[in-house]
Amino acid sequence: MLFTSFEFILFATVLFVLYYIIPKKLQWMLLLAASYVFYAFAGVKYLVYILATTVSTYFTGQRIGKLQKIGYEYIKINKETLSREERKAYKEKIKKKQRYWLAFCLVLNFGILAVIKYYNFTVLNINSVFDLLKINVNIPTLGFVLPLGISFYTFQTMGYIIDVYREKYAPQKNMFRLALFVSFFPQLIQGPINRYDDLEKTLFGPHKFVSKKVSFGLQRILWGYFKKLVVADRLLIAVNTIVKNPDEYQGVYVLLGMFFYAIELYADFTGGIDIAIGVAEVLGIRMAENFERPYFSKSITEYWRRWHITLGTWFKDYLFLPISVSKSMLNLSKKCRKLFGDSIGKRIPVYISTIVVWFTTGIWHGAAWNFIVWGLLNALVILISQECIPLYNRFHKRFNVSGTFWYRLFQVGRTFWLMSFLRTLDCYRNVPTTFRMYGTIFTKWNWHELFNGKFASLGLGISDYIILTLAVLLILYVSLASRAGSFREKLSKKPLIVRYLSYFGLIISILIFGAYGIGYDSSQFIYSQF
Amino acid sequence: MLKKILINVFSFVILVGVLFFLQELFMPKYMTEIPEGNLIEEYYKEEKKHDVIFIGDCEVFSNISPVTLWEKYGITSYIRGSAQQLIWQSYYLLEETLRYEKPKVVVYNVLAMKYNEPQKEAYNRLTLDGMKLSGSKIKAIKASMTEGEDFISYIFPLLRYHSRWNDLKAEDFKYLFGKKKVSHNGYLMRIDVKPVGYIPKGRVLADYRFGENSYYYLEKMTKLCKENDIELILIKSPSVYPYWYPEWDQQMKDYAKKNNLTYINFLELADEIGIDYQKDTFDGGLHLNLSGAEKFTTYFGEILSKDFNLPDHRNEEEYQRIWQDKVKFYYAMKKDQERELREYGYLKSYGAVAQTIEE
Repeated sequence: MLFTSFEFILFATVLFVLYYIIPKKLQWMLLLAASYVFYAFAGVKYLVYILATTVSTYFTGQRIGKLQKIGYEYIKINKETLSREERKAYKEKIKKKQRYWLAFCLVLNFGILAVIKYYNFTVLNINSVFDLLKINVNIPTLGFVLPLGISFYTFQTMGYIIDVYREKYAPQKNMFRLALFVSFFPQLIQGPINRYDDLEKTLFGPHKFVSKKVSFGLQRILWGYFKKLVVADRLLIAVNTIVKNPDEYQGVYVLLGMFFYAIELYADFTGGIDIAIGVAEVLGIRMAENFERPYFSKSITEYWRRWHITLGTWFKDYLFLPISVSKSMLNLSKKCRKLFGDSIGKRIPVYISTIVVWFTTGIWHGAAWNFIVWGLLNALVILISQECIPLYNRFHKRFNVSGTFWYRLFQVGRTFWLMSFLRTLDCYRNVPTTFRMYGTIFTKWNWHELFNGKFASLGLGISDYIILTLAVLLILYVSLASRAGSFREKLSKKPLIVRYLSYFGLIISILIFGAYGIGYDSSQFIYSQF
Repeated sequence: MLKKILINVFSFVILVGVLFFLQELFMPKYMTEIPEGNLIEEYYKEEKKHDVIFIGDCEVFSNISPVTLWEKYGITSYIRGSAQQLIWQSYYLLEETLRYEKPKVVVYNVLAMKYNEPQKEAYNRLTLDGMKLSGSKIKAIKASMTEGEDFISYIFPLLRYHSRWNDLKAEDFKYLFGKKKVSHNGYLMRIDVKPVGYIPKGRVLADYRFGENSYYYLEKMTKLCKENDIELILIKSPSVYPYWYPEWDQQMKDYAKKNNLTYINFLELADEIGIDYQKDTFDGGLHLNLSGAEKFTTYFGEILSKDFNLPDHRNEEEYQRIWQDKVKFYYAMKKDQERELREYGYLKSYGAVAQTIEE
């Protein structure tokens, strides 16, 4: 059930009404039922996967929690008789058992994800190597279909179990409540990847009908639809024309495609997240924010702190930091310091962790080489940026431009284009084609083709460009205004007529100018494919 | 609190009003192009006192003239037909019609038996958009939707036609609050001539049997007429194309025999009717022009009048009042079409281009 489908609007409307008329203690149960219904729309058989994750995580959580309790109680009872070393040894013994349980859960769930998402990709690559080596072996591929949101709910749930293992919080005792945390439908399509301790504060209710919250939630949903339907799905037409015809659209059109795709992806992803967060907000539930005006970032590192925040922090907390402070990495660091000196030796483990994280981020987005190359290029750019910091500092000191408006604007533009450049790999979904297209930007000087009628062949008319320009300016205005606080709060303080005109304007704009229905290719949210 | 509720209710009403206005604006008006898009909705403006209801596709709305039937036999009739109207659409239109009136005879043109499944969204729209919201309409929509269509967009057509904001024409504003009549009791007049030239032969089919779905609705139609004590007549109109296979004809004969119905294949009677395919068709044989339609209606009217004992209402004042204006409008349009033919060489304002492409 796509967020943009009429079925979803009907589903959400019925849910909203039921949610506030049933007894409050039943609200979370209704949400669980609704989430499973939502999931079943994608295919009843896929419920097996989400159930497997829920059940395995629940029992692992209970087991880890019980071991923890046993450990604490044993130490408490035998506090007088046990020496410090014995206590430590006992704790280590308990931790080891917990670690086995954690490993079981991680291997099982990441294993499911890996097999479904990466088996065919791995096999195809192995078969290619066999072909190359003229070995007559052909491992068969399997017809897996990616269950809805598996990358998102697996990461979210594994984050929960790692936190339980780390004793950040106690495991959820009620399996059905955990099931709701795993399957809460607004987050299933494209995130955000919520943290249990944040989400549980509001997920299980009870929630009274608070008109301001509901109104804010509805406003956010509308804003999401506006971005998705008016901007993203309209630009998709031009982006597809460019990307699907690489022999025809080269040079300046590759740049144009990058620019269009940057806007399309932003409108698509943030629009989807706005709808998800807005739906949760109407239900009185607060989900994690996933964006903080990423295109205003002045560096790539900053960009990745502000784009898909919940994925970035997941990787930081559960992959980057554990790798960086792991025993083997500390040993490596020691060795490197001895071999290359303090400065380089200190950085090598960070670099390795960065490369591992970005390789994983790449492959998380999809089982394809373009995503791997995209991830590794991100790592490369980040590492080069870090290495260049002294150079930048010298430049800033020499020219004293740091902090000036124009220099900041330059930094924002530079980051935008650099990220757009890398993102092109996601567009063409083919590494050689993407690099060929990169090449044409420099070798094919065809700016005149913007004015010889070819521009009109992208599939959008002049009125579409007017709509797009106005819509993007509106998004830019709202983004700029949001820097100093919530735009919805500001709007709520405006006179009634202004507020209602804004809401009506938004509704009418979506209904009239939205690129939906017959004549438009209804498109999934880009991130729902990951 | 009360003030807040009132403001919200008032705002909601305004929003709905604006959306309704926009919906009316964006809905195609079908005035100068594809006038058949108006046929279904024109019925609701009629006084519903008809002895005969014709249902079917273009082979009824192009080939039968209710005004001729009135003038020659005093039979009152209406055509509930639209372009490529599928059999389930015909059935539900009949079901809806019977809620307004109870004719003595229903005539169904069987060409659409060849379509066992929904065909094209564009044709669905021509039939379904004009229907008033009712249980019959909902069932007709559900039976007709092709892949990728949304049910809700038939109920709120703004969701279908919203992209016309970019394509609005003068007629969208001109006919925003009221459209002029384009048909004569569902008959779409065309006086121009395009002789039958080459008639493509029917290609060999793997299976000549009509589909289960088609039979299902034909049986429903038969049952509905029997329940309402209405005589159902099955006809094949004398259009030479699309090709009407002998195997199809036999199936209709068998069905009619089995169900004790009358089935007449007027294609076989074209010579007897006096149809001259060099003069009586406006698109090479797909549809009859006014001359052909009047000949065919005269012939069929004789059968309706004699074999089915339909009364002659010409001397009844109440009917005279209704039909006087219709006859006047009929001849006025004929005159106007003659003028357009003289002035432009084709029927500029009567969908001359659009109609030739549909079956």
